[in-house]
Amino acid sequence: MSTAPLAKTPGLLEITLATLVKDFRLEWRSKDALNSMLFFALLVIVIFSFAFDPTAEESRRIAGGLIWVGVLFAAVVALNQTWARELRNQVLDAYRVSPAPAMSLFIAKAVGNFIFVTLLEIPMALLFVVFYNLRSIGPVYELVIVAVLATWALVVNGTFFAALSIRTRAREIMLPLILFPISIPALLAMVDATTTILTGESSPMGWIRLLAGYDIVFTTVCLMLFETVLNAE
Amino acid sequence: MKRGFIAIALVTLGMLSYALHQAMVGAPMERTMGEVQRIFYYHVPSAWVAFLCFFVNFLASIWYLVKRSVKPDAIALACAEVGVVFCTIVLITGPLWAKPVWGIWWTWDARLTSTLVLWLIYISYLILRKYSSGGQTPVIAAALAIFGFVDVPLVYMSIRWFRTQHPQPVIGGGEGSGIHPGMFSALMWNFAAFTLFAAVLIYLRYRLEVVQQQVETAYADRALARDVRGAR
Amino acid sequence: MTYLYAAYVVTWVIHILYLLYLTRRFARLRDEVKELEQGK
Repeated sequence: MSTAPLAKTPGLLEITLATLVKDFRLEWRSKDALNSMLFFALLVIVIFSFAFDPTAEESRRIAGGLIWVGVLFAAVVALNQTWARELRNQVLDAYRVSPAPAMSLFIAKAVGNFIFVTLLEIPMALLFVVFYNLRSIGPVYELVIVAVLATWALVVNGTFFAALSIRTRAREIMLPLILFPISIPALLAMVDATTTILTGESSPMGWIRLLAGYDIVFTTVCLMLFETVLNAE
Repeated sequence: MKRGFIAIALVTLGMLSYALHQAMVGAPMERTMGEVQRIFYYHVPSAWVAFLCFFVNFLASIWYLVKRSVKPDAIALACAEVGVVFCTIVLITGPLWAKPVWGIWWTWDARLTSTLVLWLIYISYLILRKYSSGGQTPVIAAALAIFGFVDVPLVYMSIRWFRTQHPQPVIGGGEGSGIHPGMFSALMWNFAAFTLFAAVLIYLRYRLEVVQQQVETAYADRALARDVRGAR
Repeated sequence: MTYLYAAYVVTWVIHILYLLYLTRRFARLRDEVKELEQGK
């Protein structure tokens, strides 16, 4: 090996972006996960549509709950895959050894999951609008704000808990088992916010504030504890 | 130490008996609800004790992450288990009180629902501990414990907000409703008695865990020694 | 009031069950310690 001068150590942002781009490239090349999850998400919506067949008025009341439960299940399937590739190829050990900060790995994974779950949500929402002939009484931009905050709430904890659950025996079931209870405040908020916007009954601001608070609190906790969990052996 | 423990256990038993007497006989009967209101003297202290257990679990988890020693991890586990026991009692006595008084088993009452979520969080903690492999268990459990406890105010706030949006009956009177001194005394006696009882249970579970881990290490050492002898 | 007695009984049944669980595990632990001491 030649003794080349040490390159400037890349910063947090650069490492995060590099990890993110790598994940996307890998995902795009195989397209396995994306396709099967998309199909799973659509199946969930179709099944809900059979199970709950409401009138137009009723549909605005229950659509919020149904779509977020659907997203929750689709997201869990996606989140379970978060670290699968890293595990298969001992990438996590490489990460522990490298000087790259653990935070950058976590942020890259969480952002990647966020984009992935959002890509699932869009066709799910569209299908929902079609099947339920949904028309929102409240402004749509508010729905978008709720969706962004809600998706981050699920994804940030989901990515962290996926890292916890890979160290357990019943890996796939452990993630939803520990994610769901802690996500209850966020779930309550996202469902009720969506419902109040769709029905136009009241302002969703209280719920949006709660979601924002939840996101800030748990993003902080995840960033603080991820290095500890990554190094646990 | 053993004798000290037996002494404390007897005191606990005494206090529990006296507190039970206070709850059933000592405290005056409630005007509107009647005798069934006495469930309150077991339901509320159990909730406080459960919460105390989970708080200590939170502190012990942080202590573990800092010090990485067996003691705080064992305390965390013990507190979680005992907390879940008391939490289960809250969740069963709550509906048993609600049904005769308000005619319904359940209502998304802020405090009872928060207790349900708390119960779910700590059950998931116990399951995580059970299903994770040896060396890493304390660390990942401690991480989950921190998440769980940090969630508690958020759980409470979200359910409170849900309740203001969708009002429903409150189990056990609103916040700050006045209380008769006779009732207050029964409540406090039961709180003190159950706290002491919880401390006894936690101590027992803690000792069990610590010795269990020592036994497991001893087994491992023995297996290792045999291998070495065999190899020679 | 059956609900009242049910609540108190359930409370103590749960506590006693937990104490029984602890007793059983302590007993098993005692056996393991005994076995270790003999094995040595």
